[in-house]
Amino acid sequence: MAQEYKLILKHADAPGYGRDLDSYLHHGGYQTLGKALHMPARDLPDGKKMTAQEQIREEVKISGLRGRGGAGFSCGLKWSFVDRKSGKPIYLICNADESEPGTFKDRQIMYKDPHQLIEGMAIACFANDVHLAYIYIRGEMVDGARILNEALREARARNFIGRNILGSGYDLEIHVHRGAGAYICGEETGLIESLEGKRPYPRIKPPYFPAVLGLWMCPTIVNNVETLCNVKHIVAMGGNEFARLGTPNNTGTRIVSLSGHVRKPGYYEIEVGKATMRELIFDPQFGGGLRDGRTLKAVIPGGSSAKVFKAGEKFKLKKKDAEGRETLVETDMLDLPYDFDSLAAAGSMSGSSAIIVMDDSTDIVEALANISEFYAHESCGQCTPCREGSLWMSKTLHRLTHGEGRAGDADYLLKIADNIPGGRTICAFGEACSWPVQSFVAKFKDEFVAKGKTDEERRAGQGNELAKAPAEAAAHH
Amino acid sequence: MSNAATIATSPEKPAVESIKVKVDGHEIAVPRTMPDPITGKPVPTTMIQACEIARRDVPHYCYHPKLPVVGNCRMCLVEFGTPAMGPDRKPLLNADGSPKISKSPRPAIACATPVSPGMEIYTSTPGVKQMREGVLESLLINHPLDCPICDQAGECKLQEYSVDYGQSAGRFVEAKVHKPKAVDLGPRIMLDAERCILCTRCIRFTRDIAGDDALGIVNRGSFNTIATFPGMPFDNNYTLNTVDICPVGALTSKDFRFQMRVWFLKETKSVCSSCATGCNVVVGSREEKIYRLEPRQNDAVNATWMCDSGRLNYKWVGRQDRLKQVQIRNRPGTWTAAVHEIAASLKKAAQGSVAIVASARQTNEELWLLSKLKSRLGALSDSVPRQGEADRLLVSADGNPNSNGARLTRICYTEMGSHIGQIAQGIQSGRIKALLVFGEDVTLHGIGPDLLAKLDLLVVSDILPNATTALAHFLLPGCAHFEKRGSFTNGKGRVQKFMKAVEPPGEARAEWEFLHEIIEQLGGSNGFSSIEGLFNQMAADIEAFHGLKWADLGDSGKTVPI
Repeated sequence: MAQEYKLILKHADAPGYGRDLDSYLHHGGYQTLGKALHMPARDLPDGKKMTAQEQIREEVKISGLRGRGGAGFSCGLKWSFVDRKSGKPIYLICNADESEPGTFKDRQIMYKDPHQLIEGMAIACFANDVHLAYIYIRGEMVDGARILNEALREARARNFIGRNILGSGYDLEIHVHRGAGAYICGEETGLIESLEGKRPYPRIKPPYFPAVLGLWMCPTIVNNVETLCNVKHIVAMGGNEFARLGTPNNTGTRIVSLSGHVRKPGYYEIEVGKATMRELIFDPQFGGGLRDGRTLKAVIPGGSSAKVFKAGEKFKLKKKDAEGRETLVETDMLDLPYDFDSLAAAGSMSGSSAIIVMDDSTDIVEALANISEFYAHESCGQCTPCREGSLWMSKTLHRLTHGEGRAGDADYLLKIADNIPGGRTICAFGEACSWPVQSFVAKFKDEFVAKGKTDEERRAGQGNELAKAPAEAAAHH
Repeated sequence: MSNAATIATSPEKPAVESIKVKVDGHEIAVPRTMPDPITGKPVPTTMIQACEIARRDVPHYCYHPKLPVVGNCRMCLVEFGTPAMGPDRKPLLNADGSPKISKSPRPAIACATPVSPGMEIYTSTPGVKQMREGVLESLLINHPLDCPICDQAGECKLQEYSVDYGQSAGRFVEAKVHKPKAVDLGPRIMLDAERCILCTRCIRFTRDIAGDDALGIVNRGSFNTIATFPGMPFDNNYTLNTVDICPVGALTSKDFRFQMRVWFLKETKSVCSSCATGCNVVVGSREEKIYRLEPRQNDAVNATWMCDSGRLNYKWVGRQDRLKQVQIRNRPGTWTAAVHEIAASLKKAAQGSVAIVASARQTNEELWLLSKLKSRLGALSDSVPRQGEADRLLVSADGNPNSNGARLTRICYTEMGSHIGQIAQGIQSGRIKALLVFGEDVTLHGIGPDLLAKLDLLVVSDILPNATTALAHFLLPGCAHFEKRGSFTNGKGRVQKFMKAVEPPGEARAEWEFLHEIIEQLGGSNGFSSIEGLFNQMAADIEAFHGLKWADLGDSGKTVPI
C-alpha cells in the first residue's frame, strides 16, 4: 500500500511552520550545512586524504540521485563532468524556471520552505568549490523571488551564506535572477544565455557543455530546485541511507504534481517507484479517483511534453523474478510504478513528475490543440524544424478544432511531427513539441479522423466547393 | 563588441596532427584542429570541414567558414558512426579485421560536431536526405515564394537546395506567417523579413566581425524577425557584407535591388582601388555598365569582406562627364597626333626641364613606364598622397591603392608628395618647362593655375574633368581600373592583378597603352605591347618584384618585400 513519504516537504505544510529563518532553524535547519562545512578529511587506505568536498560528491553519487527537472540525469555524474582544472570559477545555477505545464512542485518548496533550498544550494556549492551561485526563477513567480530574496537576506545576516560561512573559511554568494517568462529558459543552456543577458537560445553541444563551457564560458552546474534540496538530505542521512528510499536506480522521493480530472488534484511526495499510477490517481490519500460517473481516458505522466498514455494501454515490461531472471510482464498503464525507468520503458517519461489526468469528458483533439498552441508559442525559433513545425502543428490543430478539419489531417500531423524530434534540433524542445502530437494522434487516431470527416461532410452538405480542402482551395484565391 | 576580432591576414599553418576519417566510404586524412575563424586559435576540425576536404557537398545555410558556428538551420545534419569499443576500451573488429563501427542513433550537425579518429560520416543516406527535405520544407512553408521579383533569385540557396531536396508540390495548407517587408534597416540595406530564414549570419557578422552589435532577433518562434534597435539605423561601413552572406533574398542592397537579374551579370575578377588594402572583388557588369561590386575571397587580404564605401565607389565610372575625347590645345585631336606631338616635344626637351606628377591610383605597369620616361628625361617626379582614417578591419589610412607601386617604381620618394613643392618652384623659376600629370588635379596640391599657365607643355591624362584638365595642352582621356588590366601593390606589398570588366567610353584608352607608344616614339621599339610582357619586364627590372611573372600572380596575388 503506497503512501506519502515526506522528505522534502516534511515541514512545509506542517501547521504553524513559517517560511522564516527561525522556523527553519527550529526544525534543525542549517545543521547539515554546518556538518558539511566542518566535515573532516577522511583517510583513504592508500594514505591519501579525501576532502570534505570529495566526500559529499561521493555521497551524492552513492545516493543515486537523479535530476528532478525532467531528464532524470544522474546528479553525481553531472557533477563529475565539471571541469575542475580550468582555473576558471565554477558556477552553480538553481533552475527554478518551473514552466512545464502541469508542474507545480518547485513552487511549493520555494514558497513554503525557501531556506531548505538555500541550504541545499550552499552544500552543493561547497561540494563543488562554487563561490557564486544563481537562482534563476521563473518571471511569473513574483512572490517566489521576493520570498527567496528575503530568505537570502536572513541567511546572509546569520552567516549561512556570505563570507567565511560559519567560520569555515568558505565564501558563497547567491543571487536571485528573475526570468522574463519564457518556457525555454528552463533548458539549461538557454537559461545560461538568458542569465548572461541574451536571448535564451539553447547552445549547441558540443562544444558548449555547461560543465565545461557554461555561464560566462566557465564550468557550470545547473540543478533543479528539488534536486538541490535532496542534496541536503543526502548529506544529512548519508548516500546509502538515501538510496534505500525509493527503488533501485530510482532512489529518493519525488514530489508529484497531480492535476486534471481527479477529485484531489495537488502535490504528493512519494518514494520513487513505490506508488503506481493507479494509486496516484485513484487512492484516496492521493488523487482520490475520478469524478462520479466518469471513466479514465488518458494520462500524461510527466508534464505536457511527455507522451500520453491511453487508458487500458498495456506494455511489456522487463521484470526480474525471484531467481533474478528477466521476464517480460504485461503491465497495464495504470500499474506502472511511478519512477524514471518504468515510464521510459513504456515509451513515455516521468519528466517533471507532473501527472495530467483526462477523463472521458475530454475532447482529445482540443486537448492536443491546447498543448500544441503552448509549444508553438514557446518555441524559441532558433532551429528550423521546431520553429516552423511547432506552429504548423498548432495551426493545423486550430483548424481541426474550428470546423475546418480534413480526414487526412491525422496523417498530415504525424508527418509534420516526425520531422522535428530525434536530434534534429539543438535542444529537447523539438521532442517536447512533437511527442504530444505523435502520441495523441497515434493513440487516438480515430477521434482525429472522425473530427476531420465530420467537418468535410458538413462542408459538403453546405454545397461548399471547398469541401475537400478548405485552406488549400483558399490559398488559390 | 569588445570580442570582435580583426581579420586574420595570414592563415596559421602549424604542424597539426592528422587523423583519418571516412566520408561516404572514402578514407581521408584531416588535421585534428583547424584555426577558429574569429580567434585563429586551433579548434577541433568539424565534420563539415572534413566533408569539404573530402569534396562531399553538405548543404547548409547558417554555417559560414568565417563566422562563429551556431548550428541553427539544421540543413547540415548528417549521420555518423564511431569505432565501437569493447569493455577493455579496445576497438572491436569485424570478421575481416576492419574496425567495427557503432552508428550513432541520432544525427549530428556537421558544422559543429568535431571529427574523431576512425569516424565515419554519411552524407547521402536516405535518412540524411529525408532530414534535408524536412528542413527545406520547414523553411519554405512560410516563405513568400516570390522568386520572380526577388533579387536573390539565381544565387539563392533556397532555390539551389530546392532543386536537390524540394518537393514538386507543397502540402502546407495553413495560412502563412506574415512579417514586415521592405524594412528600411539602414541607409544601404533593406530587409524582407518574410524571406528571412533566420540563419543569423548577418547578426554574427555584424557583431563578431564588424564589431557593431546592431542586429538582433525580436519576437519568438516562427514570428522571429531580424531587427535593429528602435531608432538605431543599421549603419556601419560593413553593412553590405550582410547582403553577400544572406543565403536568401532577405537582405538586399538598396544600391543593387531591382537593377539587374544576377544571371545577366558578367563577373570579372578585380581589386578595389579605394584604399591601400586592395580588397579582392568581383565586378558584376552587363553591356559595359557596372552594377555591383562584391568581395572575392582572399584570406591574405580581405577574407570574404569589403567595406561599403569601397563597394559603392564605382558610380563615377559611368558618369556622363567622363573625358572621352583627345584634346590638343582645346581642340579635338587624335591619339596618333597627340602621341606624335608629345613625343616630339619631349625629344627636344632639355634634361631636367620636364616634371611628372603621377597618381598612386595608377597601376604598377603605368608607374614603371612613367619612371622609364623620368630617367630618360632626367625629370623630377612625385605622386599625391591621400591620407584618410583607418578602421580596425579593412580600411587603410592610405587612400591610394598603389602607393607602394609608386615607391617601388621610384615615381615618388618614401614620403609621397614631398617633391611637389620642388616641382612648383621649378615651374616658378622657369627651369621646368614641361609637366606631365596623370590622374591628379595638381591645382589642389600646390601647383596652381598660375604656375600651370607658365608651362610650355602641359600633358594631362585623367578620367574626369577638373581645373588641371581644363588647362591641358594635351588632354588624354584615361581609364578607370575597371576598364583595363594591370596590377597594384597594396599597403602590405601584395601585388594583385585585376582584369578588365567594362570597355572605356569614347576614345578613352588605358594609360599604359599610350605611355608605351610615347616611349616607343622617344626611344624605339620596346616590346611592352601586352600587359603580361610589360609586367614581366617591370618585375625583372625592379629588384623588389623578384622577377615575378604575371602568370604567377594568380587570382590572389603575391607578396613582395616593401
